[in-house]
Amino acid sequence: MKVLLSWLREFAPIEGEPAELADHLSDLGMAVEEMRVLPPLDGVVVARVAGLRPHPEADRIQLVDVELPGATGEGTDGALQVCCGAFNMTEGDLVPLATVGTTMPGGLEIGERRLRGQLSQGMCCSAAEMGLGDDAEGIMILPGDLELGAPLMDQLGLAGDVLFDLEVNPNRPDAMSVAGVARDLAARLGVPFEIPEPVVIETGEDISTVASVDIIDPDLCGRFGVRVIRDVSIGPSPLWMQLRLVLCGMRPINAVVDVSNYLMLELGTPNHAYDLALVPDGHLGTRRSLGGERVVTLDGAEREMLRGDGVIVDRNDRIIGISGVMGAENTEISDRTTAVLLELAWWDRLSISRTSQRLGLRSEASMRFERGTDHELVPIALDRFCELLDRVTPGGVSVCRGRLDGRGDLPETARVRVRPARMSHLLGRPFSADELRGLLDPIGLRCAALDDDTDGALEATIPSFRPDVETETDVAEEVARHYGYGKLGRTVPRSPEPGRLTPMQRLRRDLRRVLVGAGLSEAMPNPFLAPDALRRAGIDGVEPVLLLNPLASEESVMRPSLLPGLLIAAAYNSSHRNDTVSLFEIGVVFGPPQPKGADPTARGTAAADVLPTETEHLGVIWAGGEASDAVHLTDLIATAFGLDVELANANDIEAMHPVRAAEVILGGQTVGVVGEVDPVVCERHGLAQRCAWLQVDVEPLLAAATEAAGRPYQLVSTYPSSDIDLAFAVPDSVQASQVRSTLLAAGGTELRSVELFDIYRGDQLASGTRSLAFRLRMQADDRTLTDPQVAEIRQRCIDAVENTHSAALR
Amino acid sequence: MNGPAADAGLDTLLADIDAARSQGLAAIAAASTADELSQTESGLFGRKSVLGRIKQGFGSLPAEMRATAGRALNEAQQELRTAHADAADEFAAAARRTQLQQEWLDLTETPPGPGRGHLHLVTQTTERLEDVFVGMGFTVSEGPQAETDWYNFEALNLPAAHPARSMWDTLYLDLGERTELGDGEGGEASSVVLRTHTSPVQIRVMESGAPPIYTICPGRVFRRDTADASHMPVFHQIEGLVVDRGISFADLAGTLEEFTSAYFGKAISSRLRPSYFPFTEPSAEFDITCVICGGAGCQTCQRTGWIELGGCGMVHPNVLANCDIDFEEWTGFAFGFGIDRLALMRHGIDDLRDMYTNDIRFLSQF
Repeated sequence: MKVLLSWLREFAPIEGEPAELADHLSDLGMAVEEMRVLPPLDGVVVARVAGLRPHPEADRIQLVDVELPGATGEGTDGALQVCCGAFNMTEGDLVPLATVGTTMPGGLEIGERRLRGQLSQGMCCSAAEMGLGDDAEGIMILPGDLELGAPLMDQLGLAGDVLFDLEVNPNRPDAMSVAGVARDLAARLGVPFEIPEPVVIETGEDISTVASVDIIDPDLCGRFGVRVIRDVSIGPSPLWMQLRLVLCGMRPINAVVDVSNYLMLELGTPNHAYDLALVPDGHLGTRRSLGGERVVTLDGAEREMLRGDGVIVDRNDRIIGISGVMGAENTEISDRTTAVLLELAWWDRLSISRTSQRLGLRSEASMRFERGTDHELVPIALDRFCELLDRVTPGGVSVCRGRLDGRGDLPETARVRVRPARMSHLLGRPFSADELRGLLDPIGLRCAALDDDTDGALEATIPSFRPDVETETDVAEEVARHYGYGKLGRTVPRSPEPGRLTPMQRLRRDLRRVLVGAGLSEAMPNPFLAPDALRRAGIDGVEPVLLLNPLASEESVMRPSLLPGLLIAAAYNSSHRNDTVSLFEIGVVFGPPQPKGADPTARGTAAADVLPTETEHLGVIWAGGEASDAVHLTDLIATAFGLDVELANANDIEAMHPVRAAEVILGGQTVGVVGEVDPVVCERHGLAQRCAWLQVDVEPLLAAATEAAGRPYQLVSTYPSSDIDLAFAVPDSVQASQVRSTLLAAGGTELRSVELFDIYRGDQLASGTRSLAFRLRMQADDRTLTDPQVAEIRQRCIDAVENTHSAALR
Repeated sequence: MNGPAADAGLDTLLADIDAARSQGLAAIAAASTADELSQTESGLFGRKSVLGRIKQGFGSLPAEMRATAGRALNEAQQELRTAHADAADEFAAAARRTQLQQEWLDLTETPPGPGRGHLHLVTQTTERLEDVFVGMGFTVSEGPQAETDWYNFEALNLPAAHPARSMWDTLYLDLGERTELGDGEGGEASSVVLRTHTSPVQIRVMESGAPPIYTICPGRVFRRDTADASHMPVFHQIEGLVVDRGISFADLAGTLEEFTSAYFGKAISSRLRPSYFPFTEPSAEFDITCVICGGAGCQTCQRTGWIELGGCGMVHPNVLANCDIDFEEWTGFAFGFGIDRLALMRHGIDDLRDMYTNDIRFLSQF
């Protein structure tokens, strides 16, 4: 929302440095995104085109004889000669002339120079060159009543004017107008604010003889005001109006459209002008569409209405506009228009919002209606339109007597109880009733004391331009805004409990650091996958959760596994000549909901049943790594958290190497997979090397770690230990880990550790058999083990392995 | 046996001892290897050595003469032993030196090991933020990334068709059976969205526990946004929630100021500007001193000296009511801001997308 300081001053005597005013605006919640002080540009003066001559050497430049009082030059009859690339002026026009020595807003310095041999003694200016809008097409033609030779910006009343570009929050419909901004700023500055009463001279017939209104659906339209204006001529609006519109970001069209836009900017009241001649009997009706009706809007597009959309219809029920969104072509103002039927309505906010969003038609008008316009302004705005149009039409217009004022359902005036104690509590500073009144009255929230109220509360009457203020808390924001957010105090509340991470959160951090310590880096792949990413990763057996409205189909699947994302990451690095990266991720994977029978009508708890399952996984990919690397990593994690993790060789796990994979087992439960990625999958991703892979469910891992973290101390024995080595010929069908478990179980409490230290396959062994050599350490807590005792444990271990695994001691 | 004859005998004896000492030292010095040194041992210390033989003759000497000669002989022997031991040590040390020289290694030719990996910048930033808030007495709360419309919108005072819903471009999940959504309006309380902020975690915290609440909710959030230098469809946010008796807007401002100076340093301060969010009232925009120029005004802060960090405000009474918290008894504040942007700011990264390529050349820099 752009506002000019000079325009604000038409509503309140606002004084002060521009920067100071900008700070106030920002502090009031209308953040100044840009502020521009219009330069005085004293060197740009009003001059007259005395003659036009072709340039002897160039087609695209002409020579202009410029008449400027007190200046003589190289042109015809002593006029200044200016070379000019525009051809839109004619003899006698007043134009802006940048005299020699002037610095233009863009930094260009005007000097006397020659263009293709011809002297140019200044520059005729376009609007853009003076910083007055985007129009760079032609030279700005000035109105004839300006003083020749005087500085232009001065003559236009723009010198030193300030343009503020404000960011207006969606809850501030009032700030979508010059008047509303002026009201807020005036309250802050403590100066009076007033919307001047428009002066309308009614010379036409009574409006009731030429127009009528019918609100068919009162819940759609709360108020529908109409004026009729005759003797309208469709010419350009005057320069001052055009300039204000241009500076505020609107394009001048013609006097009627410009007045309409000007009024919308000024009072925040969107309006629509129909060609009276095209509306049978001047009758305007409004209703909700039943759906299926079609209308061609002002932008030339044919639109189909849905049931419930608001429309404006004529006497024959023909649609002549979409309520609050856009008018129709069939009643549009044109060069032939001589009488205007003016609509100024108040629409239901949600209806407008729905229709404009659905049609993708978000206009300046619909934006204001959506936020809520001020229905009490309807008669004033109608009159202001007439006043403005009369002022900008040469010879004036003729306004019909009276207004039509159709009424539908309007919101009731809200009254809010405002307790000083509550305000003080919410804002952290004592506010007295008087202080509150002093802050609220100037912005139109009129406060009255409630006589019989024991809390000393006030009652604030909420004005029609603040539909956003509904509750006491809303009023608190108004108090805070006008008191100043920055002036409210700063205190720090203290939690009665100390701050901390949960054990799981701390352990999750530890897990990351264990992995980082092992040389892995943390990746964050996209959790959205392309539809074929699962197949490419060798995952077929899952039904993934899909996005309903993905931005692109490449991002339409919620990952059911971390593998595809990490494969893509590894492949990305490989394609950038980093073949042996090792990456990990701790992240959530998604699966279909698993209803547990929650009450479907309970809004909160029922969530568990409709939500997809989310499981936190650790995924590790190690391009160039082998299964043993992944196993070592598993051991590292187990050791770091004091866990007994077991592996169970498993063939043909999805996406894994058919015979180089194992399930990770913790406390008897499978919590993950370790091994190598299926080489076919690797190749599909352009990964030439093997890829080690580890995936673990984080929750059970960290839950076990939490438990292990609290385990009691085991006294370190002070007695000597004995080591013995045992080697067994074991069939390949028996896992080394099984032999180890058997040894540990057979050895009893005095067998302290079992380590696999050698594996041998060769001629001396039957095929399908390998030698596994273990080192056993034995120790007692209370004595030195004697040789016979060690021998006894040894024999127990041998017997157990031989009996359990059809293995033989070597 | 006294008198001059005896004195002369003692002098001779002492001279012999001294001569043996000198010869012995010379023999030790003459040894050029450890072997040669060990060969001198019997000649120096054995029974048949010069000193050994002199000692054997002591038995025939008168007592007072024996005492004097004995002392001289012991001193000589001690001196020889020390000299011999020193020489032996020296040969041993030299031998060890020679042996170690064989073990020469160019330490710079060692092939690189696995080294240490790197935490993702988002993790580093999140942990740093968590640490600051934990220090301020907050706990860390987590919740699901897919949420019902209720948790993501409705409970937050954003009922269906609320115009402010357009502030978030929402991604919906297709879980079958669910009713068709009209034009992205959403609104089905049971429709499932990818959370657009971590605010649903706040709702869950308030639903499942009673105040006082001092917690932060960091986590991954989703928007239907095309990726560009400053937007990603998947990014990270941290939100904070305090609900207690007597919590005021001043508490919000004070807490954010304390956080700002703890995280960014004493030179950086905070300010609040009026803003609008459906779930807070009063609402504010939370700015900090521009960390690039320190408030002097630069390109980054568009010459204002401030950069916008996030949004905040007093928890809307409707939100508290939705969680069955009596808003006359309890009041609260909430705040939220992006984690990714803080990481970018800290390291001068221009393009958010770089953070998610998982390029090891990026990851290994931090």
